[in-house]
Amino acid sequence: MEVLSDNNWALSVGTFLPLLGVLVMLFIPKAQETATKAVALITAVATLGVGIFTLTQFNFDQAGKMQFVAQTNWISVLKSTYFVGIDGISLPLYLLSMVITVLVMIYSWNHVPEPGNTKAFFALMLILQTGMAGTFIARDLILFFVFFELVLLPMYFMIGVWGGEHRQYASLKFFLYTMFGSALMLVAFLALFFKTGAESFSIPFLIEQGAGISRSAQIWIFGGMFVGFAVKVPMFPFHTWLPDAHTQAPTQGSVILAAVLLKLGTYGFVRIAIPILPVAAKEWAPWIGLLAVIGIIYGALGCLAQTDMKRLIAFSSVAHMGFVMLGISTLTSFGMNAAVFGMVAHGLITGMLFFIAGSVKERYHTLEISRLSGMLKQMPRMGWIMGFCVMASLGLPGLAGFWGEFPAILSAYQPAAGLSEVTFRIFMVIAAIGTVLAAGYLLWLFQRTAFGEPNAEFSGDSHDDHGSGIHDVNVFEWMAWAPLLAAILVLGVYPNLLFKIIDPAVQGVLSAFGG
Amino acid sequence: MFAALFSALAAAADWVSPTIDYHALAPEIILACGIVLVLLLDLFTSENNKWMLGPVTSFTLLGAFIPVLTLALSDAGTRSLFDGRYVVDNFSLTMKGLFVLAGYLVVLLSSDYLREGDFYEGEYWVLMLSSLLGMVMMASSRDLVSIFVSLEFLSIPAYMMAAWRKRDLKSNEAGVKYFLLGVFASALMLYGMSLLYGISNSTLLTDIGTYVSGDMSAIRAVAVLFVVVGFAFKISAVPFHTWAPDTYEGAPTPVTAFLSVASKAAGFVALLTVVYVGFPNASEVWQPVFWILAALTMTVGNVMALRQTNIVRMLAFSSISQGGFILMPLAIAGEGDSAGAALRAVVTYLLVYAATNLGVFAVVIAVARKTRSGSISSYGGLFSYAPGLAVIMTVFMASLAGIPPLGGWIGKFGSFQALVSAGTTWGYALAVIGAVNTVIAFGYYGNMMREMWMRPVPDGDTTPVVIPSALMVALGLTTFATLLLGILPGLVLHFGDLANLAGAFGG
Repeated sequence: MEVLSDNNWALSVGTFLPLLGVLVMLFIPKAQETATKAVALITAVATLGVGIFTLTQFNFDQAGKMQFVAQTNWISVLKSTYFVGIDGISLPLYLLSMVITVLVMIYSWNHVPEPGNTKAFFALMLILQTGMAGTFIARDLILFFVFFELVLLPMYFMIGVWGGEHRQYASLKFFLYTMFGSALMLVAFLALFFKTGAESFSIPFLIEQGAGISRSAQIWIFGGMFVGFAVKVPMFPFHTWLPDAHTQAPTQGSVILAAVLLKLGTYGFVRIAIPILPVAAKEWAPWIGLLAVIGIIYGALGCLAQTDMKRLIAFSSVAHMGFVMLGISTLTSFGMNAAVFGMVAHGLITGMLFFIAGSVKERYHTLEISRLSGMLKQMPRMGWIMGFCVMASLGLPGLAGFWGEFPAILSAYQPAAGLSEVTFRIFMVIAAIGTVLAAGYLLWLFQRTAFGEPNAEFSGDSHDDHGSGIHDVNVFEWMAWAPLLAAILVLGVYPNLLFKIIDPAVQGVLSAFGG
Repeated sequence: MFAALFSALAAAADWVSPTIDYHALAPEIILACGIVLVLLLDLFTSENNKWMLGPVTSFTLLGAFIPVLTLALSDAGTRSLFDGRYVVDNFSLTMKGLFVLAGYLVVLLSSDYLREGDFYEGEYWVLMLSSLLGMVMMASSRDLVSIFVSLEFLSIPAYMMAAWRKRDLKSNEAGVKYFLLGVFASALMLYGMSLLYGISNSTLLTDIGTYVSGDMSAIRAVAVLFVVVGFAFKISAVPFHTWAPDTYEGAPTPVTAFLSVASKAAGFVALLTVVYVGFPNASEVWQPVFWILAALTMTVGNVMALRQTNIVRMLAFSSISQGGFILMPLAIAGEGDSAGAALRAVVTYLLVYAATNLGVFAVVIAVARKTRSGSISSYGGLFSYAPGLAVIMTVFMASLAGIPPLGGWIGKFGSFQALVSAGTTWGYALAVIGAVNTVIAFGYYGNMMREMWMRPVPDGDTTPVVIPSALMVALGLTTFATLLLGILPGLVLHFGDLANLAGAFGG
């Protein structure tokens, strides 16, 4: 592959810079919290700076090609190399991970959850950042796997140490589910390696060779990968870790989980499973589509049954990732484009919703929907921001959510050649019903929490005064949220900003299908 | 007069003294000298000067490591002594290096423990060096007699070390149990070996290899089976593992570290030698045996480990289950080209496991200095008062669980790779069992992390843990090795890359 840019240090620096920050933080005494936070934030901003540099140097006319490619020996005995590169699919997700980390750190500046220990909390976020960014740039399966797993432990501790009441249960469940998936995924990677002649773990090489694997072997290998990625997405029926993890995680953990971690799974489908094993992808596509629409409906019904705001948002993630997976399962460029856009949009919107949930929890000390009301009266700005995000989440045209959801549904009308049109049109109808349900639960949530009079116990009038600490959006929250809100609006009004760099890369992914 | 004597001798004896390659034997010679030196020093020094015995032991071990290095770097290649009965090749040098360095780390773990616990010191070092000498010899033995002698040489001192807490009932139980089951295993193995000798009329493994092949008569199968089962005791493979938890729990903690790492590795070395050199053509007998042993060992070890409340017992079952993972590749080692991959996987896993597991025991010893307790719950809140130890222990636990990018994962990865490379249904099936077990294992490794990070301190005592410098060095070395092996596994995989088996075993 030709090297399109000589700045091929940029990706490695952008990925490993956070670890340098962690190293520096190790030498700062635990008591100096401000210094710790400052070092962490500076590292994250510097990392984002490298990311923005990458963006400015990115050749947008060649978005379908891998750029900033760097390849060097790593584990030569295992035929694995350190091989990184970035294209139109990776770039938005790579940057998203960096932006989210910076924003989460700004938010955390005065929001370090119980039991404190600022140093460890910020260090874990930086390690997470390395794992997330690395997954999106890895071009070698072993490297991908290492980064994919690197996010596990920091997130486990983030949920388990700083989480809610049932944090230990939730963190263990999260870990065991993901680990089970990745163990089978690793076996699948190895099978792939040997079936292609045991020559290389490089993804481009495997894409060339993968199509030659026999049909039945492809189906088995795809199955192994499917479990690994589907747990991460999460797809029905592997989703049960998600509501627990989200509900128990601290706000920062929920935001990172929703905004970036879930995308590792869908990204794996788009980048690895489908292009390498095209025959198996066709066999599996109807089943993936089926599970996706079950997820959409199940997630929506789950939302309607929730009494906790954060749990409701978590279930809505299951539904939204269902749309992304439906787009992927059509194996069309239209569907894939929608899916990648949907990943970014879901990251921005759901991340934002979790931020709001965190702030509401901090003010009211509860997220029980029945106890919250009249938010618009008590803190109008927070209420309106929530309204904005709810609208974006339910797919209102003009906001980012629409461009992930609507094209995904539409793409199911005409799936790739060889897939059953009838099946996918049925899926399309079911998914469309899902959007109605989404509007239902999201508006219902908004109506119950934001409209009406503030609940007496929080109004500040009652003798048992919970209401005194309730204030509107503060400056740290504005700083953390404004970029997300702006991005939701900009991408909603001008989606082509993203589509034009995604599309060439998607064409590349689908070239395995001869189209 | 002398001239007459010499000529008479030359005329009388057609026996020729073998030429001895002293360079090749240098590690063994240095260890033997060290044993004598420590023994004499112990006899002739006053009680106040006994502290010097530990350093002398560690210098002996580091001294023995030097010829291992020079042999590895020399161009002479494989050195075969005594008609091929004692071979110094890449494989044996790698394992000798492992034994010597593991021994050095155990010295670091033991020195403060012995001094503070009012133990016999000199005898301990002598026995440990003897056991290590046995292991180093085992790595080179290619003959039934030398294998058996090495095995007893490494085991008998270990029986005594297990009972080193003289007045403690559990420690006595540990020693006796280990001894009785060890002797039983030796007897089984000797029976198998005598059958092998009967079949082939030779004790040389390469000779045996030519006889144990082709049509497997019952007697050949029984011979192979008995020898394999004998070693299965040594590596505590289920169902021959019952001694391990009690022995590990009762023995002094540094001895447990020694048994679970060095002694176990020695068992694997012997097993590899016997299987690869002695029975390469009998794979239809030992492959199914290893398949069942591996599947049982990792599953039973894991499930039992989940239920433990004592840290050392938990680690005992964890080490049993790790043994299952190390055994895994042997279940396909006879399939076509997989022999090399399987050997590499086992050697790599042993190296990584040694670094990590010694580190775990270093942490256990450090924490027990403060808490004086062996229960897992005594690790509650470790992160709040000893964050460094907690982070290091987390690294080790994650490494044992096989989470990248730590050393343990490269070991697991190698095992899986070897299994899948065979391309047989049995290979895939075992890989899937292994994958499921990896997840189960996180149950108890994760539980340790949870104790340290998420639970409160049980007695509210948050005085910091004082770590003596020797232990600190051990912690530093093992942590460094665990991280390095995970991030740059090429370093260690190179040692395990013994693709040319004939060369690897000097056959």
